[in-house]
Amino acid sequence: MKQILIIAHKELQSFFDSLIAYVLLVAFLGFTGFFTWLLESDIFFIKQATLAAFFFYANWAFLIFIPAITMKMLAEENKSGTIELLLTKPVTNWQVLCGKFLACFALIVFALLCTLPYYITVANLGKVDHGVIFCGYFALLLVSAAYISIGIFASSITSNQIISFLIAIVIGIFFQFIFSLVSAIFTGPVGDTLNYLGFMSHYDSISRGVIDSRDLIYFGSIIFLGMILSELSLAKRTISE
Amino acid sequence: MEVIIKNLVKKYDGRKAVDGISFQVNKGEVLGFLGPNGAGKSTTMKIITCYLAPTEGDVEVGGFSILKEPEKVKQLIGYLPENNPLYLDMPVIEYLEFSALLQGVTKDKVQGRIREMIRVCGLMGEKHKLIGELSKGYRQRVGLAQAMIHDPQVLILDEPTTGLDPNQIIEIRKLIKEIGKEKTVILSTHILPEVEATCDRILIINNGKIVADGTAKNLRNQSKGQEVIQVKIEDGVKNDIIEGLKTIPFVIKVDEVMGKENGYEIHTEKMGAPKRDIFKMCVDRGWVLTEMTPFETRLEDIFHDLTTN
Repeated sequence: MKQILIIAHKELQSFFDSLIAYVLLVAFLGFTGFFTWLLESDIFFIKQATLAAFFFYANWAFLIFIPAITMKMLAEENKSGTIELLLTKPVTNWQVLCGKFLACFALIVFALLCTLPYYITVANLGKVDHGVIFCGYFALLLVSAAYISIGIFASSITSNQIISFLIAIVIGIFFQFIFSLVSAIFTGPVGDTLNYLGFMSHYDSISRGVIDSRDLIYFGSIIFLGMILSELSLAKRTISE
Repeated sequence: MEVIIKNLVKKYDGRKAVDGISFQVNKGEVLGFLGPNGAGKSTTMKIITCYLAPTEGDVEVGGFSILKEPEKVKQLIGYLPENNPLYLDMPVIEYLEFSALLQGVTKDKVQGRIREMIRVCGLMGEKHKLIGELSKGYRQRVGLAQAMIHDPQVLILDEPTTGLDPNQIIEIRKLIKEIGKEKTVILSTHILPEVEATCDRILIINNGKIVADGTAKNLRNQSKGQEVIQVKIEDGVKNDIIEGLKTIPFVIKVDEVMGKENGYEIHTEKMGAPKRDIFKMCVDRGWVLTEMTPFETRLEDIFHDLTTN
């Protein structure tokens, strides 16, 4: 655990040292703020004290912003060779991956904390359903953890950050809407499976306030799968032919 | 702490990069690892440091196997990889702190170790700069500092003096020698004088196999190289001198020394250096012998003999 925290601390520090964190925060808050407060479907127009618009757009924002922070995680280490230095220190592959995951997750949590004024504002404007807001944030955290896991995997298989970024977005898009889009074409088990694979159905049900164990298992599996695949690509070097 | 390499084999796509290497390095020994590019030096070092897994064989560091207890092995080793990869966007001091903590240096000792390394590696003026702003020589010092930050029992250095200026090279060699008194050091290099200056023992590998193992002196004695004598002979005609010297037994070749008036280089068979005969010939023919310098077989020649087929 100590090793994980040391690595997470170093990664977080480098986010803030390199301006990535600030650019991300400004872009994320600008993007979600614009769609939540200024666009036609905004809160003043629909006359309901809800943050539904925010939760919808934040989900889309993460599709782009999370690959942008995860893309360098391992790709840069592969390129500069620092991965060799890191892995010859007394750490396991898992500790490296968990440390990096934790750093990205902490940054996202911080970004979401910055949106708390939205909640406070809406709560002052009208009567809000606190449970739904809480679930909305919870769903956002699950989705972002899944994106981070996918992003770290994309970063682990290449030494080029752009490729890493694109792979993460492509995989993300599949989960974000292609699966549920395609599922509409099929009926029966195929359609159900595809629908189950997409983020949308799970995200919607949680952000509506229904926390079902099936949805938790779904996100847990994606996170776990992403990390396992990343571990495999790190461990590849030590597998004897 | 000893490092025991047991019958190490590493295959890349069916080609053997390391082919059955076995050797042992003991505490208080500095081992120089020599070999042409692609001989398997770096691969062997990467296996010892648990970065790559061997196809066959095992390495034991202080009794711990790299296959069974890599975490224990990694704690004992300080490693400077080839090309010295570093996080360029980190300040020197933060990077050293990160390395120290990962290596398990306790919190109360971290600052002391960092100060010590900054002093030893001469990084005082650069400690707050970003690593990316440093010149190659200073980056190399940071690489050395992070390798030694936890006072490791075993130090593995892949070409430690590349990019350093001559003064720094002397300092680093001194440092390595100092460390080598109590610790185990394995270093690879292309620079042959460096091996003589720092290493107690030399190991030459070629095509993944050990071709020589011993002290510089041993290797010289075993080698079938030639001996070289440089002479300066005055008051004679150049061609006469060259032809004359060639008739002396054991002499293989006589060359003029470029840029040195009346200087000749006499290559002779090993152990048969006919210094007396040369002197006698000069006296007989009325030449004046003003200089005679015997050269030891150069390590370069031994290396060349062993690594070219």
